[in-house]
Amino acid sequence: MPKGKIAGITGNEAMAEAMRQIAPDVVAAYPITPSTQVVENFSQFVADGKVPTNFIAVESEHSAMSACIGAAAAGGRVMTATSSAGLAFMWEMLYVAAGLRLPIVMACVNRALSAPLNIHGDHSDSMGARDSGWIQLYGENAQEAYDNALMAIGISEDLKVRLPVMCCYDGFTISHSIERVELLADESAKKFVGTYKPLHPMLDVTRPATYGAVDLQDYYTEHKRQQAEAMAEARGAIKREAERFAKLTGRAYGSFETHRLEDAQFGILSLGSSAGTLREVVNELREEGIKVGTLKLRVFRPFPAEELAAALGHLKVLAVLDRSDSFGAFGGPVFHEVRSALFELPARPRVVNFIYGLGGRDLTLEEGRQLVHRLKKAVDTGKIESHYDYLQVRG
Amino acid sequence: MSGKKGWKELEFGGVIPGGGTSDAYVTGGWRTFRPVRDKKKCVNCLTCWVFCPDSAILVVEGKHGDFDLKHCKGCGICAEECPKKVKAISMVEEAEFKNEGVCHAEG
Repeated sequence: MPKGKIAGITGNEAMAEAMRQIAPDVVAAYPITPSTQVVENFSQFVADGKVPTNFIAVESEHSAMSACIGAAAAGGRVMTATSSAGLAFMWEMLYVAAGLRLPIVMACVNRALSAPLNIHGDHSDSMGARDSGWIQLYGENAQEAYDNALMAIGISEDLKVRLPVMCCYDGFTISHSIERVELLADESAKKFVGTYKPLHPMLDVTRPATYGAVDLQDYYTEHKRQQAEAMAEARGAIKREAERFAKLTGRAYGSFETHRLEDAQFGILSLGSSAGTLREVVNELREEGIKVGTLKLRVFRPFPAEELAAALGHLKVLAVLDRSDSFGAFGGPVFHEVRSALFELPARPRVVNFIYGLGGRDLTLEEGRQLVHRLKKAVDTGKIESHYDYLQVRG
Repeated sequence: MSGKKGWKELEFGGVIPGGGTSDAYVTGGWRTFRPVRDKKKCVNCLTCWVFCPDSAILVVEGKHGDFDLKHCKGCGICAEECPKKVKAISMVEEAEFKNEGVCHAEG
């Protein structure tokens, strides 16, 4: 295997590197904080002749996703990047990309939604898009952002899947922090993603096809059922790509990553950059004999319900941390699904929800410790103060 | 809904492979007014063929071969565009043809 290199780069630079190595046929994008540098760096690669991609500078995110859809239907391998309001502006087209079964890969650099105006990281943007039919992978750091992008290509292009993939990572915390990142050699990355074989390329005039025809009461249900099946099939594709990737790099990925969870009495589940902080807290408090562990969820769509039930079922109490709220619901989006996944177990943990990290508010080690002590109290007394609460909020 | 393909057989994403498939999709049932041509007045200038948005004017050996009622939606453009000196096309309410049966749209 050709030797890669170790670089000190930001999450966005790592994503742009992945895109350069993948060398998609088309990238259509509109810059928005904190994903801007992905597009900025990539367009520089195009201008410098380092990648043969057709880069389309469009006038909005709605147009960015529309152009991606057109290019993907034409038969191209397509990528883009966005954040927050940009993702919100793509909303209509997100559903079209998934519904037409086009394997588009997008970096979603997580950022809060207005109002009030906030440019920093939380999961309100991608969690809102959780029902759009996109596969969602969450990365904890720049390395995972890079690795997820490379694996996303094979997942989305799997003939049983053919769904778009969102590679999510926290705005600023990951996107703008410089970290040590192991990059593959260009040839290895190119070989790993392989060549794309479109199913019905519109540019093939010898085999005409219609995309986006009206689909009414007599067929719409069947096409939606296919989408549900594609998500189920994605589980296998995600596993296969992770195995191929581990063979190549030694870095292993599952639907989630556990830390000292096997013999834990209680646990904390989170997504994204705060997982590292929580692991540190667990290591510290384990020294004091507190039996706590963590689970970092990597794949949110398709939701790994059965795997989660197997990994979490033995706990007495589980705290699910949501970095976005679902106002008026019974807790945040991750909480709903995790709790539901555990419901069929004969004996299941008490599950509590904490909303945290909104608008980029850092989860500190001290806040992590306080959370663990609060959970320990619940384990010891058997009393749950509240099923749904805000962490880090001033009273 | 018998006779229609199930979800395991259908193409992904509602993609319809093959060309010219709109020919099989009968849309004439949307029509309220039907174009009727007076063959004695018609001079076969084919102005109607030029303007018809649904390619529903059939041309046979260079002459007006009447209307494709499976696809004509009764917009009336042909009647409007027929030269003033000729006025060979008139729009007649579909109800007038009830004894001939109505052309229904199919899914």
